Amino acid sequence: MFLVQYSNMNTTPLNIDKIRKDFPVLHQEVNGYPLVYMDNAASAQKPQLVIDTISHYYSYEHSNIHRGVHHLSAEATVKYEAARKTIQEHINASFDHEVIFTKGTTDGINLIANGFRGILSSGDEVIISGLEHHSNIVPWQMLCEYTGATLRVIPINDIGEIILEEYESLVSERTKLVALNHVSNTLGTINPVKELIELAHKKGAPVLLDGAQALPHMKVDVQDLDCEFYAFSGHKLYGPTGIGVLYGKEEWLNKLPPYQGGGDMIKSVSFEKTTYNELPFKFEAGTPHIAGALGLKAALDYCNQPEIGFESIGQYEGELLDYAMKQFESEGLSGDMEFYGTSKNKASVISFLLKGVHPYDTGTILDKLGIAVRTGHHCTEPIMDRYEIPGTVRASFSFYNTFEEVDRLIEGLKRVKKMFG
Amino acid sequence: MTINERQDELVEEFSMFDDWMEKYEYIIDLGKEVEGLEEPKKTEEFLVKGCQSRVWMIPAFSQGKLHFEADSDAIITKGIVGMVVRVLSDNTPAEILDADLYFVDKIGLREHLSPTRSNGLVSMIKKIKTYALIYSAKE
Repeated sequence: MFLVQYSNMNTTPLNIDKIRKDFPVLHQEVNGYPLVYMDNAASAQKPQLVIDTISHYYSYEHSNIHRGVHHLSAEATVKYEAARKTIQEHINASFDHEVIFTKGTTDGINLIANGFRGILSSGDEVIISGLEHHSNIVPWQMLCEYTGATLRVIPINDIGEIILEEYESLVSERTKLVALNHVSNTLGTINPVKELIELAHKKGAPVLLDGAQALPHMKVDVQDLDCEFYAFSGHKLYGPTGIGVLYGKEEWLNKLPPYQGGGDMIKSVSFEKTTYNELPFKFEAGTPHIAGALGLKAALDYCNQPEIGFESIGQYEGELLDYAMKQFESEGLSGDMEFYGTSKNKASVISFLLKGVHPYDTGTILDKLGIAVRTGHHCTEPIMDRYEIPGTVRASFSFYNTFEEVDRLIEGLKRVKKMFG
Repeated sequence: MTINERQDELVEEFSMFDDWMEKYEYIIDLGKEVEGLEEPKKTEEFLVKGCQSRVWMIPAFSQGKLHFEADSDAIITKGIVGMVVRVLSDNTPAEILDADLYFVDKIGLREHLSPTRSNGLVSMIKKIKTYALIYSAKE
């Protein structure tokens, strides 16, 4: 049994055996080997509680929300709004109407990019960083193309960190928005977002954070960060796919126009004039992903139970990361590996290449050994260009991964090395 | 040799391997044996887009037959590319158009031809068939 004792005793030791039992998908064989799932940064697995919540909702509770006077509709509405409340509390938003349900991080970013069409004009600037996922690049390129504004990119250093001095020189009165990831999906770098936000605010620029890779590993407090917008996805947070959250400060969300028109987002409609509904419904046109919202609430409830908690999750994942890096060294693999993203402050993501072996080849053999990793550019082609590589192999750990699984990865890599050496 | 005879020959070669490990080691060997293309020939024009591994393929047409040369930056892909070329190259456009590539399945490599694999192989085969179609129309 894995009961991990941490040096920092503020956190509860996780009972990994028990946790693993809550994730049914982990208990299967792939290519004749017990599955080792290390593609968590792409999408995390779901605890039984999430699966049961969704199944129960569709079995006994489903109805359309917000409009019906009948029992099921009222119940579903209460549950949907309770999910919003849970998320508000989890990220410490000031109001529950600052929590907008979206399809995911990408959807949330696009909502804001679309809303800024009326705000930006030629001469204005949007700042992003060299660490961004395509979903935090392309919407801004489209926005700039539409408005004539200019996109500025903060360069990163060799270990995969935003260069602060460069950022300081880029941000100015022309900056109308700064959009950065909280944690890099490819390199794992945890950005010093508080500092970055403060600098933007000094010049009067609002900040959007892409938190897709942060929420699964840490507790995020949007009021403490003081960001204007924060977007994240349910499926990376042990919840369902197709649901996500966009947090926005009330004053900013009120300032922006609706993203999509339709049912639920209106107060009244006539052919002459339509008035929009208030927050958060203004941004939730059409029947939302009700089951998804309930599933996301279940995922947060699961992680926030006293014997788990995000502090313990982050701590344990950090131990896995340290163990992996130590084992690469002591098993004599480090010399044959090139690591990308070695910031001291990083999430449990290891991006690497076995020297002389294409990531596709490494990934294929690891898959044959039942080990799921991601290979390729991870939707961050500019990072690949920065390092002049075609892609990397990325192993990303979650709190249900074990030290034994890290050993399996290492054995797998030794085998790859032997086959291609 | 006909296309199917070439496929059967490959199936036969792979039948001596019992486990996936030996099979992949053989593919890696095949990949290493493929002569590949010289760097200057690996141009955008001949690049077959795959998301993960890149494939380059250059067609040539002479005496009624289509000839292909190909390469990839990943060895496993290169090995399979080499097999596809071995089966399809130096046949008439009509023969290529009619070809059913069953060897991939029989060898147990179907997963590499899944469209989600994004290794350039599916696009390469499509491209070969397109060339065959173009040249069959010219004949």
